[in-house]
Amino acid sequence: MDMTRRDFFKLTGATAAAAALTAVGVRKVAASTGEPLRIKYSKEYHTICTYCGVGCGIICHVQDGIIVNAEGDPDHPISEGTLCSKGSSIFNATYIYDEKGRPRLNPARLTNVLYRAPRSDRYEVRDWDWALTEIAKRIKDTRDRTLVQTVDVGGRTVTVNRTNAINWLGSAWCTGEENYLFHKMCRAMGVINLDHCARL
Amino acid sequence: MTNHWNDYQHSDVIMAIGGNTAENHPISMKWIGRARGRKGAKLICVDPRYNRTAAVADLYVPIRPGTNIAYLGGLINYILQNERYHKEYVEHYTNASFLVNENFSFDENTGLFTGAEPDPVRNATKYSMQDWQYQTDAQGNIRKDPALTDPNCSFQLLKKHYSRYTIDNVSRITGTPIDVLEQSYSLYSSTGQAGKAGNILYAMGITQFTHGAQNVRAVAIVQLLLGNMGIAGGGVNAQRGQSNVQGATDMAMLYHIIPGYNPCPQQGAHPTLADYLARTTPQKNWWSNRPKYIVSLLKAFYGANATAANGFGYQWLPKLDGLDHSHIPAYKYMRDGEVEGLICVADNPLVGGSSSRAKLGYQKNLKWLVSIDVVENETASFWKGPGMNPAEIDTEVFILPAAFSYEREGEKANSGRWIQWMWKAQEPPGNAKADLWIVNEMFKKLQTLYQAEGGTVPEQITMMSWDYDGPDGQIDIVKVCREINGYRVNDGSLVTNFVGLQDDGSTACGNWLYSGYYNNLESPATKKRIRETEGLGFHKDWSFAWPLNRRIVYNRASCDLQGKPWNPDAPVIWWDAAQGRWVGNDVPDIPGAWSFEYSTENPFIMLPEGVGRLFSIGYQGIGGLLDGPFPTHYEPADSPVPNLLYPQATYNPVSQRFYEDHTVETDEERQRYPHIATSYRLVEHYQSGSVTRNQPWLVEMMPEMFAEISEEHAEELGVKNGDMLIIESKRLYKDGEQGHIRARACVTRRIQPLMIDGVRRHVVGMPFHWGFMGMSTGDSANDLTPSVGDPNTTIPEYKAFLCNVRRA
Repeated sequence: MDMTRRDFFKLTGATAAAAALTAVGVRKVAASTGEPLRIKYSKEYHTICTYCGVGCGIICHVQDGIIVNAEGDPDHPISEGTLCSKGSSIFNATYIYDEKGRPRLNPARLTNVLYRAPRSDRYEVRDWDWALTEIAKRIKDTRDRTLVQTVDVGGRTVTVNRTNAINWLGSAWCTGEENYLFHKMCRAMGVINLDHCARL
Repeated sequence: MTNHWNDYQHSDVIMAIGGNTAENHPISMKWIGRARGRKGAKLICVDPRYNRTAAVADLYVPIRPGTNIAYLGGLINYILQNERYHKEYVEHYTNASFLVNENFSFDENTGLFTGAEPDPVRNATKYSMQDWQYQTDAQGNIRKDPALTDPNCSFQLLKKHYSRYTIDNVSRITGTPIDVLEQSYSLYSSTGQAGKAGNILYAMGITQFTHGAQNVRAVAIVQLLLGNMGIAGGGVNAQRGQSNVQGATDMAMLYHIIPGYNPCPQQGAHPTLADYLARTTPQKNWWSNRPKYIVSLLKAFYGANATAANGFGYQWLPKLDGLDHSHIPAYKYMRDGEVEGLICVADNPLVGGSSSRAKLGYQKNLKWLVSIDVVENETASFWKGPGMNPAEIDTEVFILPAAFSYEREGEKANSGRWIQWMWKAQEPPGNAKADLWIVNEMFKKLQTLYQAEGGTVPEQITMMSWDYDGPDGQIDIVKVCREINGYRVNDGSLVTNFVGLQDDGSTACGNWLYSGYYNNLESPATKKRIRETEGLGFHKDWSFAWPLNRRIVYNRASCDLQGKPWNPDAPVIWWDAAQGRWVGNDVPDIPGAWSFEYSTENPFIMLPEGVGRLFSIGYQGIGGLLDGPFPTHYEPADSPVPNLLYPQATYNPVSQRFYEDHTVETDEERQRYPHIATSYRLVEHYQSGSVTRNQPWLVEMMPEMFAEISEEHAEELGVKNGDMLIIESKRLYKDGEQGHIRARACVTRRIQPLMIDGVRRHVVGMPFHWGFMGMSTGDSANDLTPSVGDPNTTIPEYKAFLCNVRRA
């Protein structure tokens, strides 16, 4: 590498530098103290950072099916092991440490299907099958009442099969495969109010 | 991006305009740094704030929010007046020599092009574009003047249009000191010679305006004039703010397109498939392949139900009504009671959307709302929001718990179009599920319901091909990848790439641009992880870049007329005379069947005229903007000053305005909201903050909503650093009552008052990450922002609006 880490810090400014330090710091500690235990028996999985559009590489260390550590992927050609403060904190999205330094689930993560009834002031836990069945009924009810089948365009009857009564938003957070299926589902429902963060 | 992140290392001058790359794409600085370290590259930062990119730039250019076209128009004028452009490139690779219809003109009083007429439907102006055309001869060939002297050629029209954008005029509009303007123009235009590369990178500080698309056009004109397109280290590089905003756009999570940048059918122009193909397929160059992509897409959608006899199922695709159905109007339809249901996937418009407080009230009209997310967000729980009474809100809300990125597999396309695979590291917690599982189960339920009960046009749902379950009855992602990549219908074999697609129903392909990303089951291209050990950083064996694994698009333009690289130190492709074909470090952007001569005449293969557009119009149905062939300085919709270049103009007359009395229009209002505001992001938080405001490490680093004001402004207000501020805008003014948001004052020299036409104006900067839910809560900057949009894209004008500030 032509540029030293010091150069990189100078160029990227304080926050990015601090973030890089976090990533590199973990590796350094791992080399010199008892820390390697945390990842010694773990398996590595490669993922892509879920935040900005740079597409940095992240390695997740997994032990017994649980992520025990996440850090920059040194083999990744764009990020070369470095991450910003959000990317370096990605472990924190699912796990936080308790007072004894043990990881536990971030309480903000949703783990159940929730339902709020009309005029209610709370959510109730429901199961997937109930929720998906009820959602299908809501979509069908709205669509069947509002679908415009044909319109007259200058004396010609044109099949349009659309509804203006359902909005779909999202998502730049999801994968290409997910978005492809979202699009198919939207057009199958006749949805035309369709947008996501490219325009938000 | 036309180029990619690693390619920044080849730039000689980098201009970051309308994007704070050091803060919001920190790892980009690795490659900017490498260009500076290796070849002494210079970094220019153009921004209203002395931000983190400015802090490490060679030159900082302060600018008033919303005046990028004045700044870039000044750069275009400087390049033309001082003959800094790349002459051979401009003459041969752009439409500089093309003659334009003699009736075309621009009125410097009104700021309008030929053909302006009232648009009563939108209560705005629209253009009849009949005079925005090239001159043609009797055979239909475009007439040209290679000497570039004809007053009606694109080049001379460009020169005339920007002759008003003198440094003095630009400085009066943008507030940029004259000497800084000159320095930046001189430095950036130094790349207008063979062997030099200038790179313009931007983000939402270019796009989120009522003239956002024209801002991008202005960037493109600069890059064409300087010969910076197609070369290593050059390009028009949109830095994306989300990990798969590129991919979600490719997959058409947008009302106006279907996958692969094909227009969504319109009831007026496209009643049948034959009409659609006739109206959208040009005679020449790449888009002449459109019928293959559309028929293959319909085969992917409707499978065996798509036959030549039924137009491959075209009648089941919804047709648009000619109106706008993007985010802003979709919420207006909700206000008006037309929208009953909202399905919101990892989106949070009550924080991230414009005029977000008004939207909070509109959502009360929903019968049902489905939120798919990893956390509970403001949009799902709007009924808990400020001023809401749950006992009066009838909306049913379903929250479906989703997986975090490392709890699911699939690909995401980064800004450089690299389609990179993510491997799943762990199961999502509790009953949370991956979105792919959720959408599969959701649609299967709906399809089963329609199969059992029928309904209104049930075929639209029942005829959709939906067979993604594996042997275990769960979603099998390979089946989805296979369909997106494309396959032959007769034997199911995967196509190698989109060259294998047909328009007769013999192939199916969900997105032609992605064709090739999963072209074999054993070792699909998207999963490749082989780093380049020597070379120019193209990393052709790392993932797959659309299209065809090409890393720099329009790379024919990286070579001169003889096919030799303009820059032999960073050659992208070149003509191998011995072999009689194009070879190089990248996949040539030249169809294999094209002759050398044809490729030289058509370096910009996506355009029917084959060359880059200085003068931009729709030609053979491809491209063109609704608000003019040349970017023109208009004020933002909320502006403190008149239009200094065109006395009778103000803001973009073609822009999208959905709400009456929504923007600042009168002098009384300009006094009520005297300050210029802009919004932005912080490295510690992400978009609406719903994910990052729930992470203790990030909240500790950036705990609270704040607003940046200058020291001079703070003194006038009697405010000290850390005091609480009240910020007001027209959007929170209703029935004589002024609403506001609260934010902690960050008094800083990073923001300086600007001299605008001799008057000192204050600028206020605010991050937009906060909302009323989560571990860290705060007021939303977007409560203040106007719901006005660009005429081409309807992106809201988040980055320039007026406000008032006072001490709390």
